[in-house]
Amino acid sequence: MLADVVSVSVSRVLFEDVTKSFGEVVAVDSLDLEVIDGEFLVLLGPSGCGKTTVLRMVAGLETVTQGTLRIGNRVVNDVEAKDRDVAMVFQSYALYPHMNVRKNIESPLVARHFSVDGGAPRKLTASERSQRITQAAETLGLASLLDRKPAALSGGQRQRVALARAIVSRPAAFLMDEPLSNLDAKLRAETRLELVELHRKLGTTIIYVTHDQVEAMTMADRIAVISDGRLQQVGAAQEVYDRPSNLFVAHFMGSPPMNTFEATVAGGGREGEVTGAAGRVRIDAGPAISLPPVGSRVVVGVRPEHLRSQGHGQQGRQQEGLRARVSAVEWLGYERHVICDVAGRTITLREPAEGQAPNLGEEIYLDVVANHVLLFDPATSERIP
Amino acid sequence: MSAGATATGDPTLGPVWKRASWYAVLSALSVLVLFPIYMTIVRALSTPRDYVQRGQPLYPVAVQPDIFGRAWTQGDLGRQMALSAVVTAIIVTAQLTTSILSAYAFSFLQFRGRTAMFYLFMATLMLPLEVTLIPNVDTVQSLGWFNSIQGLTAPFLATAFGTFLIRQGFLGIPRDLRDAAALDGFGHLAFLWRVAIPITRPVVASFGVIAFLSAWNQYLWPRAIVNEAKWNTIQIGLKNVGAANVDEMNIGVAAAIIAALPVLALLIFLQRHLVRGLTAGAVKG
Repeated sequence: MLADVVSVSVSRVLFEDVTKSFGEVVAVDSLDLEVIDGEFLVLLGPSGCGKTTVLRMVAGLETVTQGTLRIGNRVVNDVEAKDRDVAMVFQSYALYPHMNVRKNIESPLVARHFSVDGGAPRKLTASERSQRITQAAETLGLASLLDRKPAALSGGQRQRVALARAIVSRPAAFLMDEPLSNLDAKLRAETRLELVELHRKLGTTIIYVTHDQVEAMTMADRIAVISDGRLQQVGAAQEVYDRPSNLFVAHFMGSPPMNTFEATVAGGGREGEVTGAAGRVRIDAGPAISLPPVGSRVVVGVRPEHLRSQGHGQQGRQQEGLRARVSAVEWLGYERHVICDVAGRTITLREPAEGQAPNLGEEIYLDVVANHVLLFDPATSERIP
Repeated sequence: MSAGATATGDPTLGPVWKRASWYAVLSALSVLVLFPIYMTIVRALSTPRDYVQRGQPLYPVAVQPDIFGRAWTQGDLGRQMALSAVVTAIIVTAQLTTSILSAYAFSFLQFRGRTAMFYLFMATLMLPLEVTLIPNVDTVQSLGWFNSIQGLTAPFLATAFGTFLIRQGFLGIPRDLRDAAALDGFGHLAFLWRVAIPITRPVVASFGVIAFLSAWNQYLWPRAIVNEAKWNTIQIGLKNVGAANVDEMNIGVAAAIIAALPVLALLIFLQRHLVRGLTAGAVKG
């Protein structure tokens, strides 16, 4: 059965210097991005960063102000939404409230033309439509709900109907705009897995918009981080997390976010040191790169899990490490976050919830795992190198 | 407050005493609304002189069971109601069509001068019938439309009120539904017919009822442009049957009851369409 549902369309989505402005406001600025055929790409960014606008341009719901947008090999700048061979799942699900589930799933098949078995595009017959509806409903476990109206469905069921409506037209690409944000936490986690499974089965390109980095990291083949209408970085989740290309990505990815503080390079070479107001940090920059010259100003970035507390109650030691005063401890069961004041900056340390937690107001020293330190240029915010 | 009381009843209504007081209030309001209607029926059935002699009691006196039949034939109600039905059907159909189409344009289409045009439209609401009566009569006369269907209907084929009301309904349709419809390949007419009207059905039906009532109950306009008896609409007919039977007032009252029956039938028929809350479940948020 699934073989019938699987899309035969081959499609990549290619943005070439795409800009979208609303009057004076530039929502998407010179976007260059290739979404590879069959890929699960997540557009990740804070509210208002332009990621939904990117998706709506692919859908044909917004025009492209400048640049070229291709789906497959076709330039679609001036192609109407219905002729783009894409399906969209909306945050609100956008089900027609007066139609039952069957009619809702059928809706993309009624007015549009489809090519069947490689023939010229035409309207589907009633029996072809009904067959597709049955397949889509079975794929998403909706067979018993076909006669219900959306109001009589739970949030999770509505979400499935929205997905069924998307897969029924066998599009070249699925566009999903925060489709999980109206589900409760437990259902959201379940649905994440199901979406990944659905993607694996269908093999169709998915462009997925979210502001939730957990969704992005758990589902994406690649993540495209967007801020202020600009693409900040695109890459696999691990790559984006481990090697953020700038301070925005560094701060946006990870919870709690990466700690950053200004410092000066004190010793050059591959293995060097930086010093700041709070102390001295040794760094191992890795084989391929070298540190900026001694005396350069840098921003040091360290993930909370790459800080180690040297143990508390030990006074008057350490030439290395950061002197910190504990201002709060958050206990999460399996780990704790120790929030410290380091020379006026808030630094968070993540450690296993073992042994005694530091006391509030206590002074501790933090070691940094040397080969996990990142440096950023304070002027450009870009990672060095 | 007893917690047990809510267990069996409708949970939205709360405990028994709360429900009881709601029923009391609603019953009182129903009596207030229904009492004049009841008294109209009492008056229609009672022989007028006996009724007055008995001191106008709350029940019928010297009942005349054939009064509705007499009113029907004496007042020539059948012909007049048929004419009113034709006129009303034309006006309601035309008003629904023009209001829905103009509301669609003002809600979903982008065009130059849209806002200005909409306010201009709305400004016509400020003009009462009395202001436009004389120029309209002049116009209709110059067209030679006295004593005609065109004359009875032409000034009422479009209404800013309907445009306003239905536009409000259309503006409540979530943008996501319009986007989904665009992806589904629905053009303007398909979106209007398959999505916009079904979703705003309560609003459209409400407006239909309002249009029906005002068309059916028209008196001043037909009075102004009709001077042949065969073009009398039902409301003019009611006035005539009352005036012709001052000694048998109950004939006029009975005729009024007959004339109200189509309105009653309409309300009963449309009752379920007038229920609100159809958009519940359209989108979550």
